[in-house]
Amino acid sequence: MSILVIAEHDNSSLKQATLNVVAAAKAIGGDIDVLVAGENVGAIAEAAAKAEGVNKVLVADNAAYGHFLAENLGELVAEVGKNYSHILTSAGTTGKDFMPRVAALLDVAQVSDIIRVESADTFVRPIYAGNAIATVKASDSIKVITVRPTGFDPVAAEGGSASVEQLDVVKDAGLSSFVGEEKAKSDRPDLASAGIVISGGRGMQNGDNFKMLEQVADLMGAAVGASRAAVDAGFVPNDMQVGQTGKIVAPQLYVAVGISGAIQHLAGMSDSKVIVAINKDEEAPIFQVADYGLVADLFEAVPQLEEELKKVL
Amino acid sequence: MKVLVAVKRVIDYNVKVRVKPDNTGVDLANVKMAMNPFCEIAVEEAVRLKEKGVASEIVVVSIGPKAAQEQIRTALALGADRGIHIETDEEVQSLEAAKLLKAVVEKEEPKLVILGKQSIDSDNNQTGQMLAALTGMGQGTFASEVVVEGDKVNVTREVDGGLMTVALNLPAVVTTDLRLNEPRYASLPNIMKAKKKPLDAMSPADLGVEIAPRLSTLKVEAPASRQAGIKVADVAELVDKLKNEAKVI
Ligand SMILES: Cc1cc2nc3c(=O)[nH]c(=O)nc-3n(C[C@H](O)[C@H](O)[C@H](O)COP(=O)(O)OP(=O)(O)OC[C@H]3O[C@@H](n4cnc5c(N)ncnc54)[C@H](O)[C@@H]3O)c2cc1C
Repeated sequence: MSILVIAEHDNSSLKQATLNVVAAAKAIGGDIDVLVAGENVGAIAEAAAKAEGVNKVLVADNAAYGHFLAENLGELVAEVGKNYSHILTSAGTTGKDFMPRVAALLDVAQVSDIIRVESADTFVRPIYAGNAIATVKASDSIKVITVRPTGFDPVAAEGGSASVEQLDVVKDAGLSSFVGEEKAKSDRPDLASAGIVISGGRGMQNGDNFKMLEQVADLMGAAVGASRAAVDAGFVPNDMQVGQTGKIVAPQLYVAVGISGAIQHLAGMSDSKVIVAINKDEEAPIFQVADYGLVADLFEAVPQLEEELKKVL
Repeated sequence: MKVLVAVKRVIDYNVKVRVKPDNTGVDLANVKMAMNPFCEIAVEEAVRLKEKGVASEIVVVSIGPKAAQEQIRTALALGADRGIHIETDEEVQSLEAAKLLKAVVEKEEPKLVILGKQSIDSDNNQTGQMLAALTGMGQGTFASEVVVEGDKVNVTREVDGGLMTVALNLPAVVTTDLRLNEPRYASLPNIMKAKKKPLDAMSPADLGVEIAPRLSTLKVEAPASRQAGIKVADVAELVDKLKNEAKVI
């Protein structure tokens, strides 16, 4: 078996999710090659070559891949991947965007968002917002798979010494072009891979009040997340949404503040190791999944939390 | 310009999902079904494009059992002009759905195809992208804004890290995210009118597509349930527990 992993990165650094996907590839078993497609990605290819368990790094460095346009990446990955038994990438928004195109171009099914590998053709994935867990068997000769990073412990980032090979395949489908982007700049850890996440919901009342959470987050080295209600109300940007249709997180500690615990929110965080809920409604469903629940008004509890943390951290 | 919208009949998002005791799937008997929430957003977007004078006709298509006609009628009541029902009782997976929709696209030649980004049952997030690849169209997935300008559409997409805008040649495929719009409710007169709007039924075979699933579900289980923990009395106790019991800070 030979497995092609498509690296997730932002043209400046390799995303940790790539290491989780390599771990999924190891669970399948076989030679693992990593494809780094992007623009000016030399350093990223070097980083990928150091990851544990990688055999070879293939580099497609071209402006056509600079913004990860699915039309171009889809053609590239279908071309490079057609000789592999498995093609894997992370179920981030880039992978979700281009990977189904790859599957369609190869005329194979895609298995989305796997959390476990049973065997080379059988995988486990959540359905119905995580209310059910399906074991599915893929019969196509090439398995196209997106991997939920939180399902797999990452391989070591250092220690490997894969060879690096430049590809000169340029696929520019000419169907789409990049217009612009608005990226939220933050010095806090990446939400998807942070060890501690503190999220606010509708109970926060407005965007300014999120500063309270940010101060606590900075004390703990945490990332800040949100419920859909908080995003829809415009308190915070969309990329902070945790849940079925937002980010999936599984930190060591998840603190839910003013979040009721709708099933769609739980779908994104219920695999966290320890869950804390702060909510003034003792009947809130979030308490059914919380290890530690505090029934309190968040506007009193969060400033107190900051004070108490200052004492112990 | 003609807009094609694909909608799916799924379990209502408020229903508590239960896994069947024999682990063959999820219990759908006597469960409330509805239009997939992302598909409602797709219909709404098409209707708004028509209200702005950008779209001239909205064709809504659904694949599924006879009962999926309810969801088509809902879309007609919301403002779609005409329905197409591809009737089948088989499980239709994303690749086949994309092939069926491709056949409809070839017949109808829409300038824009709008779908939900994922259905809340299988949570696959594949069909729109597969359709775009099979028809050679560009795609604007996870859309939070759609602006048609001449022979292009600009789509602002919700991506990890923020928002990204792409320009696509028309015809193109758009898949909706939650913040694209807030769907309206159908009024009673419009529900009545919808009953008279044309609805064409056909089979996958009529479209030359064979339903041959590539994925088989071996079993479906309930997720490991989390035990509710304890309530702490105050913030000091909480911090103490996190530090000394859970050891996570
Ligand atoms: C298709 C679909 C997809 C969805 N995807 C997601 C998703 O990915 N992520 C997601 O989060 N949601 C998602 N949702 C929405 C979800 O169903 C809920 O509506 C949402 O999670 C509610 O957010 P919330 O808990 O912040 O708000 P609410 O449910 O309004 O809860 C607010 C909570 O704050 C508490 N509160 C208020 N004031 C205070 C105070 N002063 N002190 C302490 N507590 C206070 C209240 O007691 C309440 O429990 C989705 C819905 C649909 C239909």
